[in-house]
Amino acid sequence: MRKQREENFFAGLTRREFIKCTAISVAGLALGPSLTIRTSEAGEPFTFAYISDAHLLVTDQGKEHRFARSLIKAVKDVNAMAPQPDFVLFGGDLAQLGKPDELALGKEILADLKAPVKMMVGEHDWYLDMGDKWRELFGKPTYSFDHKGVHFVVLNSVIVEDYWTSPKMTPMQRMLAMAQLDNPDGRPFTVGREQREWLAADLSKIDRLTPVVVFSHSPLYKLYKNWNFWTDDAEEVQQILGGHEKVTVIHGHTHQVLTNRVKDISIHGVLSTAWPWPYAPKGTPVYTSKMFRSDPFNNFDGCGWGYVNVLPSGQADKTYMLWDRNPMAVTYNRLKSKEAGMAPPERLSGPHY
Amino acid sequence: MQYVAIALPVIMTAALVASISAVAGEISAKKKADDIFSDTMKRYGKDVQVITACDGRKRVIVEGAKEGEIMPREKAKDVAILLNGLVKYCGAEVVAVMPKNRVDIHLSIDGQPFFTIDERDMKLPVTLVHGSQEHTGREKQIWKAEVDRLVAKGYGIFHSQITGKNGISCDMCHPDASNTHPETYPKFQTQLKKVALLRDMINWCIEKPMEGTRLADDNEEMKALEAYILSTRKGVSIESGKH
Repeated sequence: MRKQREENFFAGLTRREFIKCTAISVAGLALGPSLTIRTSEAGEPFTFAYISDAHLLVTDQGKEHRFARSLIKAVKDVNAMAPQPDFVLFGGDLAQLGKPDELALGKEILADLKAPVKMMVGEHDWYLDMGDKWRELFGKPTYSFDHKGVHFVVLNSVIVEDYWTSPKMTPMQRMLAMAQLDNPDGRPFTVGREQREWLAADLSKIDRLTPVVVFSHSPLYKLYKNWNFWTDDAEEVQQILGGHEKVTVIHGHTHQVLTNRVKDISIHGVLSTAWPWPYAPKGTPVYTSKMFRSDPFNNFDGCGWGYVNVLPSGQADKTYMLWDRNPMAVTYNRLKSKEAGMAPPERLSGPHY
Repeated sequence: MQYVAIALPVIMTAALVASISAVAGEISAKKKADDIFSDTMKRYGKDVQVITACDGRKRVIVEGAKEGEIMPREKAKDVAILLNGLVKYCGAEVVAVMPKNRVDIHLSIDGQPFFTIDERDMKLPVTLVHGSQEHTGREKQIWKAEVDRLVAKGYGIFHSQITGKNGISCDMCHPDASNTHPETYPKFQTQLKKVALLRDMINWCIEKPMEGTRLADDNEEMKALEAYILSTRKGVSIESGKH
């Protein structure tokens, strides 16, 4: 039975895909760029790392607070990468309640990273002062840049309609309402018209074959509205991105191993350093190989950081570095084979606590 | 002697309002009570006296006192006390039998079969506080509101930073109380190396990840937390011991 599956798996690959796959594997082993140029799509492969969802709380514990210790641990781990990643994405939710001292503590800890840092905003950073302190510390929340032939876009995708002015919420009440994942009175995240227009204009300047990587705090699709694992204008954003052939989305917010493919767009979640969210009761995409339930008795279990290998093809392999567990790699080829219904069977579920 | 002392004031209020509004139900209750009364009287013939309360709904069949005779003073006093007690039981059709030995009283409420109560304390079985009637919509509303109040209190604690000392709240790891799986307790908690109840894990969370002070088992906040967590698993089958 197992042999049969393996045969099917390989039988489904075309010769071209097989060569590409081999080349990628070789590149993954870091045997040198000379081998990778054998493919017809020879971009320069590179790696960037991510750290996300630190949710720093400032108490009298200072840097001894468990969330601060976790972020420091992730910074040390990324600094230990050899070779170093080209840059590090911070995926949003640096603070828990958007307080200036939480954001400042985060900036201080992230300053120890050896590689350059690209910052993204999350709702926990934003809704106390509507991003004033965050912008002061980190600049614009929406921007793009080019790196080794890949176009990167960073969005502020945690925009929700105003539901605080009319009931006269204080800034902290607004922040707490936004910070509550299961808030039944919350509103869905959006990218919003202004940024969609900006995105369309930004992407119009590049060739449709140029690989695009989008950083978004919220997943750019609709998974589970009750927890805001959701972007309400996802279809419109996907439509804009759909004009490009190689698009990868990296998003925060969901604190778990989470994978999706929508209209040829590969969408990857990232881990939190602070705590893992449970999988939503429904809506988790079939592309996701779920991580095991975390052991609550281990502060670090289910948490971690990760990195992305941008392949010569412009597609991306994603690796979740789960602390105290084996890393989980989600390769582009595996996603493609899942799409074709040829993926090897899922692992059995792990222990429950 | 004290009658019907066990019902909560709130339930009594509900029952009172319910009985006033339940006019449609009274007809059949009256008919059933009349049937029970006439059946019982067939057994006794003229060997008993029947005393009826002024509302016409409480009838006491007194054994050992023949129709037309003057009742001994002691017995009359007992009947008066019993009727007085039954009048508090407003709205219901009651047929009571006071046997000769006076140790037990047999009661039929709204035509339901007789049941026996001890004359000495005269307490009704809890299940019969409502006179064996269906719970009314209003009663259910009141009970739901009371439950919801405790659940809401638990929801508030679950979603606030007050339980621990490091700003972490329960909902941060458990949105909608997910992954709390209260239906699996009691179970052997491998990490604690002993059998745990839900409250033991709540206390573990308070003490460890939230770095707070554990709550006593009978603490009101603990009860509220348990109420909220359990309320989210309505309809899920209990599988204690499951891993």
